[in-house]
Amino acid sequence: MVTKPDVNFGEYQYGFSDPEDYHFKSRKGLDVEMVTQISDMKGEPEWMKDFRLKSLEYFEKRETPTWGGDLSDLDYNDIFYYVRASEAAGKSWDDVPEYIKNTFEKLGIPEAERKFLAGVGAQYESEVVYHSLREDLQNQGVIFLDMDAALKEHPEIVKKYMGTIIPPNDNKFAALNSAVWSGGSFVYVPKGVKVEIPLQAYFRINAENMGQFERTLIIVEEDAYVHYVEGCTAPTYTTNSLHSAVVEIIVKEGGRCRYTTIQNWSKNTYNLVTKRAAAYKNATMEWVDGNLGSKLTMKYPAVWLMEPGARGEVLSVAFATDGMHQDAGAKMVHVAPNTSSQIISKSISKGTGRSTYRGLVKVHKGASNVKANVVCDALLLDEESRTDTYPYMEIEEEQVSIGHEATVSKVAEEQLFICRAAVSRKPMR
Amino acid sequence: MSETPLFQVENLHAGIEGEEILKGVNLTINRGEIHALMGPNGSGKSTLAYIVAGHPNYEVFEGRVLYKGENVLELGADERAQLGMFLAFQYPTTIPGVSMANFLRLAVNSVKGEDDGEGGKKRIAPREFRKMLREKMQMLNIDESFATRYLNEGFSGGEKKRAEILQMAMLEPEFCIMDETDSGLDIDALRTVSEGVNRLYSDNMAMLLITHYQRLLNHIKPQYVHVMLEGRVVQSGGPELAEELEAKGYDWLKETAAAGS
Repeated sequence: MVTKPDVNFGEYQYGFSDPEDYHFKSRKGLDVEMVTQISDMKGEPEWMKDFRLKSLEYFEKRETPTWGGDLSDLDYNDIFYYVRASEAAGKSWDDVPEYIKNTFEKLGIPEAERKFLAGVGAQYESEVVYHSLREDLQNQGVIFLDMDAALKEHPEIVKKYMGTIIPPNDNKFAALNSAVWSGGSFVYVPKGVKVEIPLQAYFRINAENMGQFERTLIIVEEDAYVHYVEGCTAPTYTTNSLHSAVVEIIVKEGGRCRYTTIQNWSKNTYNLVTKRAAAYKNATMEWVDGNLGSKLTMKYPAVWLMEPGARGEVLSVAFATDGMHQDAGAKMVHVAPNTSSQIISKSISKGTGRSTYRGLVKVHKGASNVKANVVCDALLLDEESRTDTYPYMEIEEEQVSIGHEATVSKVAEEQLFICRAAVSRKPMR
Repeated sequence: MSETPLFQVENLHAGIEGEEILKGVNLTINRGEIHALMGPNGSGKSTLAYIVAGHPNYEVFEGRVLYKGENVLELGADERAQLGMFLAFQYPTTIPGVSMANFLRLAVNSVKGEDDGEGGKKRIAPREFRKMLREKMQMLNIDESFATRYLNEGFSGGEKKRAEILQMAMLEPEFCIMDETDSGLDIDALRTVSEGVNRLYSDNMAMLLITHYQRLLNHIKPQYVHVMLEGRVVQSGGPELAEELEAKGYDWLKETAAAGS
């Protein structure tokens, strides 16, 4: 028999799991008591507890959205909303528990940190266990903390900005995150400071039926620059996990922020994330969004172009293999005139995998001289795979230049054979 | 004792979708030899080429294909290529989105890149690759602009065939099968392609030319000619066999084969 070439991109490599040994693990499900308990355990100020409880109300009132991927299997009562794996965020690598280190060893994190990362905030389960920031950055006034620590150390900044870009009632999952959030990163870059090395955080879900609700807030002051990188994985369990993060970014006049995500969640993780940035005068916001894993991802990083000269860019790359649905895209909201945006979406679908581009370009009345461009390329590797494109445009102003192009290509068996015959499966170095 | 033949087909029974097309093919090719495989449409010539290259749609029911003494039927198409086998397609497929230079770079790295000892491959330096590509393109009279065009997209019949020969030139295989490389070529294009193949050929390799017509064999001279009919090699001989076929057609062989069976 001739062996049939198999375009297999490999088993899920990060599917190992550590025995659970948690400092605290909540019961399953969500109610006022649970939310109160989370807030109390964290010793939060009253306003944060109110914020959470109000958010819980919004969450309960809102219907699960049906316009995107299939969420019918998602049972909100079958999820642990808060798990704490260690006493407190470690200051140095030595303070981090051994099994967590092992996990990070397997993921190559400490090596990576030594080589090229300025700071690592690694979120394991719900709280950040390890955080370091190079001294020179600290001396420049850069703050890079996990969100819980930021709430303790810089409550005034957190209170000022949190929920201003993504209000708790923005959507059901933003409400859920606002109610039960834990961990995430807080980045503050003072005026004029350019952080030359990327800041990185690594998120990983370990417990079965675990929800991970990190909350990230990045503030880039005038003429400052930062590149933040996050990566996400989860071990493979048979039951579903939920990851629902909220990321809010503020880029002030002349500032620039680049936010890079690579998610490689296991195939039973729902990845329902709200990411939004506000870019002010002459500021630039870039989202680089790579979706390689999860059961269903619904994620549309957004940039609100608030003042003239603001620029937004999204590069969205998705790869959907068997049983996966990548419903990803971007939103660009042009509030001010003379703003520009670009969305580039590239997707590959294989087997029963499905990728959807869902995007919105909105130009408000009065936002003249806007330039926006959308490019979507989808590649189908076989008969079964599927791709859809939903490029919404809401243009309320006439003096604008909007471009959109979309291509779908299908790889025929013959093409695949030619490539297979020519290209080795061994990794190139 | 003679050395192991470079390429051998032993009692190969194979086909597609359960239907047997090859009904016991035997063929032996040594280094330094050029063989021609001729035969009418539907006799199984291209099926043999695809099976040797590892096309997934074809099934092997019986028999072996040996390359340097190793049965390659268990290997993936990429592994066969790495062993030094190459198939020039009759109908090269277009691959929009993949430039010729990128495709060739990957192919060259895959086939010629050295193992790094850790299960991966070392890349060939980009500058070295570009130099090599430029030289080979000049040799085959291919305009440099082709390097940035998508593989075979918008190429004429002759350009596609030249692109195949370029791939062969870059990979420097030891054994190659040319599946009707002459089809769809006008006289000038046939000459260009043949000259390219002749320049690439050396005594250290071997070739199997699959063709309907004598005319290719005026340009690339085989020492051996085989005729395939209904899934079997029914006659083998020297270059004179091709001339005889050109004069008489295949019918006389069909009668001989029928009488013999």
